Amino acid sequence: MLARTRRDFLCDAAGLTLGSTLMPSWWARGVSSAKRKVIVVTFGGGARDQETFAPEGQENIPHLMNELIPQASFFTQVVNRGILGHYVATASLATGVYETINNFASLPPESPTVFEYFRKDLKRPSSDAWVVAPSNGFNRIGESSHRSYGSGLGARVILPKHLLSAATSGGRNDFQHLLRDNYETPFYAPELEGNEFQLQQLETLLKVSVGDFREHAQTLSSPDELSLYIARRLMREVSPTLLWITMHDIDVAHAGAYSLYIEGIQRTDRLCSELWKAIQSEPDYAGKTTLFILPDFGRDSDDDAGGNGFQHHRTGDVLSRTTWMLVVGPGIREGVVYDRAMESTDLVPTLGAMLGFSPTFAQGQKISELV
Amino acid sequence: MFPQDLKPEHFSSYPPEARKLATNYVSTLQRLPLSFVPGLLREIIEYDFKFPAERSAREKELAYISRLSPEQTKECLSGFAVIRLSPQLEAFDWVKSPAQFVEQLSAHLWSTRQLDAFRKASNDYADHLRAAVPPEAPPIPRLGITIIGQGVASYDSPLFRKLRPHGTYFSKVNPEDGVRKLLGFLAERAQAHSIPYGHWYIDGGEEAEHPAALTSVSYNALESLRASLLQRMQAELERPGMGPEALRTKMAQMRPSDFGAEKFVGVSPQDPVMRRFALSLLTEGSGTQIFSTSFAQWAAREALRRAQPVTLLVRFAPRQRQKPMNELLGGIPARPEPDPLGSLIDADFSAYYNWLNQQRLLGAEQSSFVVWFEGHNQAVAIGPAMARSTESRSAPDLKQLLSWTV
Repeated sequence: MLARTRRDFLCDAAGLTLGSTLMPSWWARGVSSAKRKVIVVTFGGGARDQETFAPEGQENIPHLMNELIPQASFFTQVVNRGILGHYVATASLATGVYETINNFASLPPESPTVFEYFRKDLKRPSSDAWVVAPSNGFNRIGESSHRSYGSGLGARVILPKHLLSAATSGGRNDFQHLLRDNYETPFYAPELEGNEFQLQQLETLLKVSVGDFREHAQTLSSPDELSLYIARRLMREVSPTLLWITMHDIDVAHAGAYSLYIEGIQRTDRLCSELWKAIQSEPDYAGKTTLFILPDFGRDSDDDAGGNGFQHHRTGDVLSRTTWMLVVGPGIREGVVYDRAMESTDLVPTLGAMLGFSPTFAQGQKISELV
Repeated sequence: MFPQDLKPEHFSSYPPEARKLATNYVSTLQRLPLSFVPGLLREIIEYDFKFPAERSAREKELAYISRLSPEQTKECLSGFAVIRLSPQLEAFDWVKSPAQFVEQLSAHLWSTRQLDAFRKASNDYADHLRAAVPPEAPPIPRLGITIIGQGVASYDSPLFRKLRPHGTYFSKVNPEDGVRKLLGFLAERAQAHSIPYGHWYIDGGEEAEHPAALTSVSYNALESLRASLLQRMQAELERPGMGPEALRTKMAQMRPSDFGAEKFVGVSPQDPVMRRFALSLLTEGSGTQIFSTSFAQWAAREALRRAQPVTLLVRFAPRQRQKPMNELLGGIPARPEPDPLGSLIDADFSAYYNWLNQQRLLGAEQSSFVVWFEGHNQAVAIGPAMARSTESRSAPDLKQLLSWTV
């Protein structure tokens, strides 16, 4: 019912075609694996249909609806059967295994990440796989504790808010409010553990001075805008093959203010469009980049008395577990909606098939409509 | 420890009424699965601080379970019996700290992928209980009123989009003296139908003058308590090893006596139930310490869920503005500014939640609900006497509108 509704909304609103697994993938028509780049964006902490793809919500996502979806393959039913906490769910997306690590602890994923498979199998340097993440809690996402992978094989991780804290010498008061690590607990900002992207590397790697970084940050309205700015610098200066960007602004919903939640959706929609435009404008990326956009999970429905609607994702109900995925790029069918159920863990095997590595320990299946 | 090992002395640390209740039913509790009993004890241990509706529901539940034969008990709770627990959970002192056990159980259910099974067991049990021991019908049909948009001079986008399909939209309401008229209507109801904790007034800002017969709580009255709580939260998080989960546990353990009676402005020191309720809004709610709109919505939800009032008026007020990142970085002084427009959008959606939560209670088909844009002409009235998805050209004042609706 959920998927049918989301599919029907899209077919009605955007004039999309209904796809099926019988339609052959166009993957072979795309660029070769060796030249291909992949960017994965997690859509900001989860949003529900009624604020996005349902008729009353489409006004909040004009860029996805009008610019990206007509060029994309859209999957209406991506089910997350794991733990619905942002760090652990993102770790599950990145490993292809439902991770059970403590969502709030500074722990690496237990299964190998997509970055480790990519680097080890294809013998790629650390500069070729990056993660841009919103909070200190994501510092360990790039590299698992798995004995066959792990140390030295993962992605490099940038935490833009943490960098900003260092660049501004960590003032207190209002600035602490900005640096809070998650929207579920005000003031919480865990200490960093693991490899840390240092402030001085801003200048050496990203070619931006601390002063310019600080000055530019003062023109931005949110941490996700800062993440996009850093991602664009990475694309320009380092040009990684595999880039993972975790958005988080929408999760302000935990504070219970509906208007802020809606603003977060609208901002994330705009940032996704800006990223796609940036991909088209960067010579290293244009025409050879596949962009995946998907929430890590949804949010609680209004109908579950055990929750409080949009505010949280605690009930584990169908709406909070079921979300969507948008894929756009060369070799991807345009304007097609697929409504079969798939799982969050299918992402890593699909990336493996696209880039040419073997995600041995991943539990999911590659998405045949894409590769 | 397992339920079959329970003895009356295990409840010695419980408050007096809770201890008596648990002791009376110890032989019943002994027969229940471990995945179920701590959830029940979490309610029992708070019995002394529960509202009358909650007390009555718990007493009936225990009486019902005690009458079940062993086979019936097994059938009724079969879903819980198959939940696998960890040795750590089995060793936990769940009698003394049932709420903490339930928190840890929740984490265990998520990580072992048993959450869906537990949800199903809970829903099956709730359905079974509702059929066997139906909740009491309200003595009079419920009435919910929500006032939104305080401080907003004009707003051009459509309001009440979620509620209009369920009732009649009025665009020519006479707003004069509206708040006073609505509170006056409440006072008359409270006087005519005296019910303990039956008539509520929740304000997201400064309380308007109202009769003592109304149970009330407001964001502004709890300002000192909020400030004190936020200080404690910050201090706790700066301690080594403290994280969000530990903080949640710490906050759940806080009691009114940790803060002092002077922090509970507007709450009688002789009313421990309301003092505990007021504190719980800030320790269990998310965002309620910071945003007045979140406070008002959560307070309404909890009042409806727990006290099940027959009358509830919720008035939203402007919350503080969320500063964008550039302002935070600019070092602009931290004095909070109001955000009336954002608060209107928050409250408009919260009004829908207030109605939904009211409709979850028994007697929903007879209940009425009115939402009004404060100081303006727009309102929606929902109830048996009101047509659905309709617009009225009438121009009532707020008192007339209520008299047509109820």
